[in-house]
Amino acid sequence: MANKRIDEATGTETVGHEWDGIEELNTPLPRWWLWTFYLTVIFSIGYMVVYPAIPLLGKGTEGLWGWTSRGQLAAETAKAESQRADLKAKLAATPIEKLGDDPQLMQAAVAGGKAAFRVNCVQCHGAGAAGVQGLYPNLNDDDWLWGGNLQEIEYTIANGIRQPDHAATRTSVMPSFGRDGILTAAQVQDVVSHVRSLSGQEKASASATRGAAIFAANCVACHGPDGKGLREFGAPNLADAIWLYGGSRDKIAASVANAHAGVMPAWGGKLDAVTIKMLAAYVHSLGGGEEFTVAAAPQATANAQP
Amino acid sequence: MVSVLGRAGWWLAALFLAVIASAATSETGFAIHMIIVALAAFIGLWVSLSRTDYAAIARGVLRTPDPGKYDDDPVRWGMIATVFWGMAGFLAGLFIALQLAFPVLNLGFEWTTFGRLRPLHTSAVIFAFGGNALIATSFYVVQRTCRARLAFPGLARFVFWGYQLFIVLAATGYLLGITQGKEYAEPEWYVDLWLTVVWVAYLAVFVGTIVKRAEPHIYVANWFYLSFILTVAMLHIVNNLNLPVSLLGSKSYPVFSGVQGALVQWWYGHNAVGFFLTAGFLAMMYYFVPKQAERPIYSYRLSIIHFWALIFLYIWAGPHHLHYTALPDWAQTLGMVFSVMLWMPSWGGMINGLMTLNGAWDKVRTDPIIRMMVMAVAFYGMSTFEGPMMSIKSVNSLSHYTDWTIGHVHSGALGWNGMITFAAIYYLVPRLWNRERLYSLRMVNWHFWLATVGIVFYAASMWVAGITQGLMWREYGADGYLVNSFAETVAALHPMFLLRALGGLLYLAGAVVMTANVWLTIVGKLREEAPMRQPAYDPDKDHPLVSVPAE
Repeated sequence: MANKRIDEATGTETVGHEWDGIEELNTPLPRWWLWTFYLTVIFSIGYMVVYPAIPLLGKGTEGLWGWTSRGQLAAETAKAESQRADLKAKLAATPIEKLGDDPQLMQAAVAGGKAAFRVNCVQCHGAGAAGVQGLYPNLNDDDWLWGGNLQEIEYTIANGIRQPDHAATRTSVMPSFGRDGILTAAQVQDVVSHVRSLSGQEKASASATRGAAIFAANCVACHGPDGKGLREFGAPNLADAIWLYGGSRDKIAASVANAHAGVMPAWGGKLDAVTIKMLAAYVHSLGGGEEFTVAAAPQATANAQP
Repeated sequence: MVSVLGRAGWWLAALFLAVIASAATSETGFAIHMIIVALAAFIGLWVSLSRTDYAAIARGVLRTPDPGKYDDDPVRWGMIATVFWGMAGFLAGLFIALQLAFPVLNLGFEWTTFGRLRPLHTSAVIFAFGGNALIATSFYVVQRTCRARLAFPGLARFVFWGYQLFIVLAATGYLLGITQGKEYAEPEWYVDLWLTVVWVAYLAVFVGTIVKRAEPHIYVANWFYLSFILTVAMLHIVNNLNLPVSLLGSKSYPVFSGVQGALVQWWYGHNAVGFFLTAGFLAMMYYFVPKQAERPIYSYRLSIIHFWALIFLYIWAGPHHLHYTALPDWAQTLGMVFSVMLWMPSWGGMINGLMTLNGAWDKVRTDPIIRMMVMAVAFYGMSTFEGPMMSIKSVNSLSHYTDWTIGHVHSGALGWNGMITFAAIYYLVPRLWNRERLYSLRMVNWHFWLATVGIVFYAASMWVAGITQGLMWREYGADGYLVNSFAETVAALHPMFLLRALGGLLYLAGAVVMTANVWLTIVGKLREEAPMRQPAYDPDKDHPLVSVPAE
C-alpha cells in the first residue's frame, strides 16, 4: 500500500489502490447506516420468532403468535358472515313476494343484490345493468321478456334462460323463417313492413298489408295478434320502441330470417337462495320492476301522453 | 487454415439444420424462427469465409491486433445497439401505455394486442437496452480497470452478435405468440438454450480478461459485473428447465409445476431485478461516477460490506412476490424479512455513489452528465427503499396487483437504470469515437429535464392509480358488501393512465434528443454553443497589481 495519500477535499486517507485513475477513500462505515442495518436484522429475527418462518422436516415453525394466512382469511370471513347472519336468516325466511312489506329488509336485500350483481352479472349486463345492444337485455327499462315481478325475476335468475341440461330453465325456440325456407325473401320483407307498422316506424303500405296476413299465419302464436308478445314464451313485444336485436328494417329482417335465442346461465347451482333473492330485489329495483297484479289502466294513461 | 474451415463447417451445419427444421415443422412461427436462424448462420458463414486474410495465412504470418490498444469494437457496436433498442423499447412502452388508455389501439390483430406487445416492451428495455449497455460497458470497464486487452476477442464478437440474435428471436417470438408465459422469461426453449451458450461465452470473456489483468487487485465494479454474469447464468438455467414437446416445435413445459414453479419463477424474477438491474448497473456506477467526477470512491470498506450483504440477501427475497398465495407462510415470511434487511445493503451503493461527489458537488451545477448520475443514484435510493416497504405484508396486501407495482418498477427502471445508462453513453461515445467532446452538452441538459419530468409524471400517476385501485378493490360498504365492480375501478384510473402516457412521451422525447446527440457526435460534428457555465469574471480585479509601498 505504498500509494496511500490524504485526499485534500475530504481529509480522508486513500486505501492506496488505483485503477485507471480511480482511487478509493478509507472512510469508515457510516454509523447511521450500520445501526439501521442492525435494526432491520433485529426486526427480522423478532418477526421470524413470532411468525411462521423456518422450514423443518415435516412443516415450518408456526411462530409464537400462531398466525396463518388461511386462519386470518377464515377469521375475517367468519366475522363478515356473522355480521350478516341475522339479515340472511330473515331473508331466507321471507318469501320474495312478502319482501315489499318490510322496507328495511327490502333495502338490505337491494344493497346485497347490488354487490352480487357487480361480481356475477356485470360481465354481460354491464356495470349500470344497461345491457349490450344486440346481445344482452337492458334491465333498467320496463320491457321484460320473461316477466318483471319479483317472483318471475327470481325464477329467471335461478333457472336461467335456455340453460342446457336444466329442465326448469326458461326456453323457447323461434323458427329461422328465412334460413329454414319457411318464408321467401320477399315475404320476410313484407312481415318486416307489418312489424315496423306495429311500432309506428312505418306507415301502412301494400307490403305491410301482405305482411299482416303472413304475420297472422306464422307469428301470432307467440307474439300475439297485436304483436305485444307473450312472456310465457319469452316472445318480445314488437309494438314498443325497445329492440334488443335492433329495430331497423335490416336488423328485423335478419332476426326473422335467422332467429335469435339468447342464453343466460342458471345461477341456482352457483349462488345460494338468499343471494338470488337479493339479486332479484336489486334487478327489480332498477326502474322497471312490476307489481304482482299488472295495473292496466295507469299504463294506458302513461302511454297516452303526448 | 484448418481453424477457418472448422469454423465455416460449424456455420454450414447450423445453416443446414435450421433449413431442415424450418421445412419439417408444422408450425408457422417456429418455421419463421428457423429461417431467421438460417439467415444468421449464413451471415456467420459468409463473414468467416470472406473476412479471412488467405494471403496472410499462406505466407504464414497472422495479423495480430495491436496489444498496446484496448479492444473497443464490441463496445462501439454495443453503444449503437443500446441506443437503438432503447428507442424501440421506449416506443413500445408508450404504445402499450396508450393501449391501456385507449383499447382501440389493440388494432384488432393478434400480433398487436397488449398481451403480445407488453413482453416486447419489457424485454426490449431490460434485456436489449439494459443488456447491451451492461455487456458493452463491462467490456470497456474490465479492460481499463484490469489494464489488459479483452480475452478471447473472437468470442467477444460472438457474444455481441449472438446476443442480438437472441433479442431478435425473443422479440419476433412474442409477436408470433411464441411464449412460455413466464414474466421476464418469455422466450421458449430453443431461444433459452441459445442464450445459455452466449452467456457462457460472455462469462469466459469476462473472467478471461480478469485472469490476465495487470493490476494486483480486482476493482469493485468488476465484482459487481461478475456477480451479475454468474448469477444471471444460474437463474436463467434453473428457471428455464423445460421439456420441449417436440424438437420441431416451439412449445415446451417446465419441470417445476404448481407453487414450486411459481416460486422458481419469482426467485428468478426478483433476482433478475437484483442482479441484472441492480448489481450490473451498480458496476456501471462504480466506474463512471468516479471517472466523470474525477473523485475517489467514498468508502472502500462500505463497498465491500454492501457488496457481500447485497448479493447474500438478494437471492432470498423472491417469495415476496407471492404474498397471500398458495406459497407456505414460512416462505412468505422469509421473503419479507430478507427484503427488509436488504434496505441498507442497497443504500450502501447509493451512499458510495453520492458521497463520491464530496469535493466535487459544484459539478452538479455545471455538468449535466454528473447531474444525470446524481438523479440516477437518487432514484436508485428511492426504489430500494420503496421495494422493502412494499414487501411488508400489510403494505403488500394493498399494493400487490395494482399499478403501484408498475410505478415502483418504472421509478427504478426509468430513473436508475435509464439515467445511469444515458450518463455512461454520454461518457463513452466521444471517447470511443475519438471525438473532442459530445456534439452538444446543452442537449444532454434537455435530455436530463425531459427524462426527469417524464419520470415524475409516470411515477406519481402510478402511485395515485395504484393506491386508488387498491382502496377501491377492498372497499366494503356499511351494509357489508363490496362497493365497486372491477370495471368501475378501471374507469376510475383512466386519467392516471393518460398522465402516465404523457410521462412516457416526455421520456421518449428525451431519448430522441440523446439519439440525435450521439449520432452527430459519432459523425464528428460539434455544436457551437455557449458553455454550460460562464466562469466568474470580476472587472474590478481585472488590472495589474501595483505594488503599494509598505507603511
